[in-house]
Amino acid sequence: MKKLLLGNEAVARGLYEAGCSFVSSYPGTPSTEITEAAATYPEIYAEWAPNEKVAMESAFGASLSGVRSFCGMKHVGMNVAADPLFTISYTGVNAGMIIAVADDAGMHSSQNEQDSRHYAIAAKLPMLEPADSGEALAFTKLAYELSETFDTPVILKMCTRVAHSQSIVVTSERKEASRRQYIKNPAKYVMMPGYAKLRHPFVEERTKKLTEYAEHCYFNRVEEGSDRSLGFLTSSTSYQYVKEVFGDRYPVFKLGMINPMPVESIKEFAASVGKLIVVEELDGIIETHCRCLGLEVTGKELFTGIGELSTNAVAKAMGVEAAEGPAMDCEIPNRPPVMCAGCPHRGLFYVLNKLKLTVLGDIGCYTLGAVAPLSAIDSTICMGASVSGLHGFVKASGSDAAKKTVAVIGDSTFMHSGITGLVNVAYNDSHATVIILDNSITGMTGHQQNPTTGFNLKGDPASKIDLEALCRAVGIERVRVVDPYDLAECEEAIREEVAAEAPSVIISRRPCALLKYVKHPGPITADAAKCRGCRACMKIGCPAISMENGRVKIDNTLCTGCGVCGQLCKFGALEGRKESAK
Amino acid sequence: MKTVNIMIVGVGGQGTLLASKLLGRILLSKGYDVKVSEVHGMSQRGGSVVTYVRYGSRVYSPVIDRGEADFIVSFELLEAARYTAFLKEGGRIVTNSRKVNPMPVITGAAQYPEALEEKMREKGIALDCVDALSLAEQAGTAKAVNLVLLGVLSRYFDFTEEEWMVAIEESVPEKFLAVNKKAFLLGKNA
Repeated sequence: MKKLLLGNEAVARGLYEAGCSFVSSYPGTPSTEITEAAATYPEIYAEWAPNEKVAMESAFGASLSGVRSFCGMKHVGMNVAADPLFTISYTGVNAGMIIAVADDAGMHSSQNEQDSRHYAIAAKLPMLEPADSGEALAFTKLAYELSETFDTPVILKMCTRVAHSQSIVVTSERKEASRRQYIKNPAKYVMMPGYAKLRHPFVEERTKKLTEYAEHCYFNRVEEGSDRSLGFLTSSTSYQYVKEVFGDRYPVFKLGMINPMPVESIKEFAASVGKLIVVEELDGIIETHCRCLGLEVTGKELFTGIGELSTNAVAKAMGVEAAEGPAMDCEIPNRPPVMCAGCPHRGLFYVLNKLKLTVLGDIGCYTLGAVAPLSAIDSTICMGASVSGLHGFVKASGSDAAKKTVAVIGDSTFMHSGITGLVNVAYNDSHATVIILDNSITGMTGHQQNPTTGFNLKGDPASKIDLEALCRAVGIERVRVVDPYDLAECEEAIREEVAAEAPSVIISRRPCALLKYVKHPGPITADAAKCRGCRACMKIGCPAISMENGRVKIDNTLCTGCGVCGQLCKFGALEGRKESAK
Repeated sequence: MKTVNIMIVGVGGQGTLLASKLLGRILLSKGYDVKVSEVHGMSQRGGSVVTYVRYGSRVYSPVIDRGEADFIVSFELLEAARYTAFLKEGGRIVTNSRKVNPMPVITGAAQYPEALEEKMREKGIALDCVDALSLAEQAGTAKAVNLVLLGVLSRYFDFTEEEWMVAIEESVPEKFLAVNKKAFLLGKNA
């Protein structure tokens, strides 16, 4: 059946059709929808793990037990899962195992734009790279065959434009994969030095065999062109841009398998064209491969390694004129993402800004607390770095610093990798104050359940972590809960906890305002007659509040009635729903 | 045939994804090669969002570049003005006349430009500027702005009203069908 599917949905469809029965992932844009879509197939067990390392190890365990398994993550999630990655390359698999990693060139929703292809090379694992949804489906099915034939986990490399673009796929029925027997084999699966030393030669031999395979496999293909003065070597979305600009004019060698890359067929292609041009996003990995083969090649000197490529970028680099529409002469103000109206993080960040604290931040919607007017975050690195970073910061700068510095971390991020940081705070006694922003959901990636929410990926009731008890159990005696809609309560709690000569945790608890079950009291009414135009309410950066002719105005389509702005107005112009703060 | 390019732009949370989903459905049913590119994640939080819909006999790139768009459907006036350079010669903008202030305007760091509609017309841009919010409210819900704008856009396509209705039925939950169909027709006839 012909369908229009997102690249991510097509991967899930491929998992389904190939008889995959175990999926474990941690959400991360642009990879999240693979696992969400996989969970819609009753034949597939699918779960959100607390982090990518746990997900990958669980998927490996499922493969070991004899069923086809999958784990998916964003590029930076691969860093978290890198530990098992490098060693399951040695053990290989029992039943097929696929690891999807989704890069985010252009950083649409990420903190860096690392190129995951390096991982495939470093861990010596095969990597397939689809260029659209049709290939995403086909490559996923093929990846299981490769995995079982060559005894290796296979990495499926996605990127934002493939993951989040819909294109046409032809679906077919599921073919059940028969369960493979688990046979005890310590020499293959116990990676202690004595056994691991015997596995490394296997890995090298496997790469040789895969390179040989890459010479002839159909997903590395040459598309002929009428003019052989140039030839393009490319993959993924870069292939689409090249074809968009040149159509069938020049020959194109499209790589579907990005590691290991073929040797002889690339040499042959290079010899058959006048000038070999490599087009690839981010790092020059294909280009480096060509140079290692002693080929003359043009690549990164034409195409930037920063951000995404595009049709026009390829055209301009190749000296083809690109059209341009009429630009406006007037200044068009930016529209950066903002915290939603009614967002429970807003009140807390207002207080942090007011108290002029140094705030070590983390990964989630609340990273938006860094932008004006809240301007409350000093650093954001990676999942969990707020807590461990705070520990180092206050340990290294003494107790005065501890009184002026806090960490903020979301509930899901805390589960992902904040707990170990908190253990360090307690164990090495750093008098740090950690604020857990518990909005009862994984917000930024689009509302995924996590171990604090009481529900699992399929929406069924699940064990719910008691955050207070957990924090106490690791050794934090000072644990308290505040409502971020109550500014006075937040301020009092933060003042007391940063002053305390002991490690502490404040749990700022309010469910995300976008959750369907959250009932809002409805928009407040702005009393223009009472408003003096002091702009105090503008300090919280709420998209529902603006000033018109010097008086406050509420956008009724956005305002949830959270009542935070009313607590800032000394003149009672925004008092409508103050009771909603409790 | 040459690939036709439609950009759908707006403010994160305005329902641009439903519009692209619906267009994708109708184009697929007409037998075209179709690509629809969406943006998920952080920019959905009230930021400027863009969705690309491309169709023809063979579509390669999932995104539309500057100078390529046949149509820009905008859910907000400033967003229409932001993307004019993406129009191709002879391209058309279908936009909501409503304004949503971005944060730099709210905080006073920037001004919302005056008379954007006139300024776009002065640039020679073919423009349909409709109060889609009022029409959506007239249909029964402010959330149907997307269907109003699709209704306006539908004037430039030779798909039958029935084909559009089928696409709406396939894309919208049953209980919102009547409102959405009404909104589409209000846009079409505005």
